[in-house]
Amino acid sequence: MSQAATTIDESGSAGGRLARARFASFAQRQGALVALVAVCVFAAVRYERFLTEENLVNVLRQNSMLGLVALGMTFVILTGGIDLSVGSLMAVAGVAAATLAGQGALVAVVAAVALTTVLGLVNGVVIAKARIQPFIVTLAMMIAARGLVLAYTGEKSIGIGKSSGALTSLGRDFVGPVPVPVVFLIVLFALGWLVLNHTRFGRHVYAVGDNDEAARLMGLNTGRVTIGVYALSGALAGLAGVLDAARLGAGRPVAGQGDELNAIAAVVVGGTLLTGGQGSVMSTLAGVLLLGLIFNVFNFEGWISPWWQAVLRGLFLLVVVIVQNRLSSRK
Amino acid sequence: MQNEPVLRMEGITKIFSGVTALANVSLELERGEVHALVGENGAGKSTLIKIMTGAYTRDGGQMFLEGRAVDFRTPEDAQEAGVVAVYQEVNLLTYRTVAENIYLGREPRRFGLVDWKRMNADAAALLKRLGLEIDPRAPLGSLNIALRQMVAIARGVSFDAKVVVLDEPTSSLTEHEVQILYDVIRRLKAEGTAVVYISHRFDELYTVCDRVTILRDGRFVATRPLAGLEKIDLVCLMLGKQREELRQGTTAFKGVTAAAGETPLLSAEHLKRGRKLNDVTVEVARGEIVGMAGLLGSGRTETARAIFGADSVEAGEVRLEGKTIRRGSVNDAIDSGIAFLTEDRKAEGIIPELSVRENLTLAALPALSTLGVVSRARQAEIVDKFMKRLGIKAANADQKIRELSGGNQQKVLLARWLCKNPKFLILDEPTRGIDIGAKGEIQSLVGELAESGLGVLMISSELEELVEGSSRVVVMRDGQRVGELRGDEISQDNIIRAMAEGATGEATPASTATAHVTDTTPPAATPPAAAPPSEGA
Repeated sequence: MSQAATTIDESGSAGGRLARARFASFAQRQGALVALVAVCVFAAVRYERFLTEENLVNVLRQNSMLGLVALGMTFVILTGGIDLSVGSLMAVAGVAAATLAGQGALVAVVAAVALTTVLGLVNGVVIAKARIQPFIVTLAMMIAARGLVLAYTGEKSIGIGKSSGALTSLGRDFVGPVPVPVVFLIVLFALGWLVLNHTRFGRHVYAVGDNDEAARLMGLNTGRVTIGVYALSGALAGLAGVLDAARLGAGRPVAGQGDELNAIAAVVVGGTLLTGGQGSVMSTLAGVLLLGLIFNVFNFEGWISPWWQAVLRGLFLLVVVIVQNRLSSRK
Repeated sequence: MQNEPVLRMEGITKIFSGVTALANVSLELERGEVHALVGENGAGKSTLIKIMTGAYTRDGGQMFLEGRAVDFRTPEDAQEAGVVAVYQEVNLLTYRTVAENIYLGREPRRFGLVDWKRMNADAAALLKRLGLEIDPRAPLGSLNIALRQMVAIARGVSFDAKVVVLDEPTSSLTEHEVQILYDVIRRLKAEGTAVVYISHRFDELYTVCDRVTILRDGRFVATRPLAGLEKIDLVCLMLGKQREELRQGTTAFKGVTAAAGETPLLSAEHLKRGRKLNDVTVEVARGEIVGMAGLLGSGRTETARAIFGADSVEAGEVRLEGKTIRRGSVNDAIDSGIAFLTEDRKAEGIIPELSVRENLTLAALPALSTLGVVSRARQAEIVDKFMKRLGIKAANADQKIRELSGGNQQKVLLARWLCKNPKFLILDEPTRGIDIGAKGEIQSLVGELAESGLGVLMISSELEELVEGSSRVVVMRDGQRVGELRGDEISQDNIIRAMAEGATGEATPASTATAHVTDTTPPAATPPAAAPPSEGA
């Protein structure tokens, strides 16, 4: 009897709530995608060179390094954390790969990525075990890693010798019409999506960001999840740094400066909440491309100075976040 | 095997930094029984539950699960073994789906990937088994509190639970939602799961529970079948009173009418707040001390908070000297002259690192300052006056309040309210945790205040305090006012009788909500029965 009553009473209100929650969640998830399409349409109508293969491939390639960093950042932010060290880790990996270029491309890439993975792991261990805020821990890593790479190089770039064509080709070659870095971008985002949605680790990333304490009380090893995401972020930042060095033919100690903030901006514009627990890798991809396309549009316009471009980008970021906030709080 | 209880706890002892929280407590749970665990504050219910479910480790005694000695070190250990607790505040993940919440950490996998299809199907089957119509793919946040709680129970059950502990499961549920819970409990029972049910509400205990274990002051009192156990005996066991003592008292406490003619100082009428307060009416005259009695969770503190505006009520009105106080506005209540000395002076009252002077004048500071600058002279004057009047024992006014005894801290808090010249004072357990000497001082102080014209509502768990100090006693049970005693009627016996049997009996609160509370009549149909009130060992 009471069961029947349950059905009648709950299906109506719970169903309505569910529909509203799903709409808000959709709007929040797909807001970046909608804006992306809008910007594309606008640019395609206004600039005839926009829809050329050359322009589109360029936009993708220019943003592929940032995309990889943002992918790692998405995992970190989904747990409710933040990783400020990724820009410095890009430089560490780029310089390491350039230094080891003589040992062969494979050794250079693996060693460089392994190094930044370990540094990311250090971030994670300190955050999880010493229970210090991620902001502080990764800020310290950002400063220290940058100092390390500047000291090691004496502030000079390390060129990748002509002998290591295999390494530079990672940044410059194409697979068919697609640049190699873009191939990495696509493959790794697909993998990231798979991990986040279809593995226990991925689901636990969401759980930790949703309610750390509840997840712990439900018997989850939240420390392991935290360490995992920072290691992953380090690895992806390292790969981005290697690709960047390969494209430019040199490991630069100043590479990646400010990219940590660009990556965070891309993740947030995509719709992932800084408080954790909600978001996706695909929305981050949309966020990365949206910010990249806006840059592209500024270039086509030509008359806006870089300083005013920065002002406009800042305003854009703010507006997007405010809109998202309203959508998600409507729940 | 048939006679072996699912869970047996024997001689459990727990000591917290020298203080014994549980001494030699035993509990046995049969298959398929719903076992109530009751007791007043400090009885040790939650300590016992935490030991049972691995959140605490015991300092003595033994525990057997289906005859095997067990020793849970963590909640995970207990969970694995099939002993799970569902706590009052639901600890789940808001953005994740219902199915994920149920299987977090144990997601079914296929080729290393989470098998969503199976997880959703398993969750759907489990929820159906419990009679719940919940979409396993819905985000938890889209469900109301009651259904979230059912999901928490489903998670517990999904561990093949042999014992499920429900700690005050109905505290945030509506009447209808409680029925859903009962339904789930009945299904668990039918499957042979033992359910431990902690609640302060007698109506619930008698509806769903088979047996009851009573604890008092960290000790085992008795385990009894609920069928045939009179409420009055249950109350006696909880409070540690002998049933025989009660027989001598008269059962005839007449219905009383409000003081004729005169407008009362305070009148709170028909206060209603969910299931916690159901049509409660209280009136207090000038110079009167009205005691408020009831077991833990009966609605005493809730009444006080509603009068003070600390909780917003759904219905009802509070008037002071005929003037209506804005609903749910603490500021309006204070400005009108209501003061509320809360039960928990550590959490809600004292600021330990500040001096007696500062603690005492905190609430009066606006009146003592000009343009934000506090007048030291006027502050000193007031502090001096109240320290003398209330006999606050401190080295001087600048001593930190945390260095004072509990009784003196309480006096400082009382003084804090008194220097605002209130007309009506609510005291919630004013003498709890205070030594005997200071207790008497505070009690006589309250008496003096009333003589000077203050109206007082005094909530207390100590029957002696109510009997000695009150001119009237209002008795609460299950969120309702169930009786009122005046003059000669005020005795410990009559208070206990009213707590247990009151006026409303088994009728559902909703249907009797219209009955006027002052029409309180004794339960004519329940003369003291012959059941011998034996104390279990």
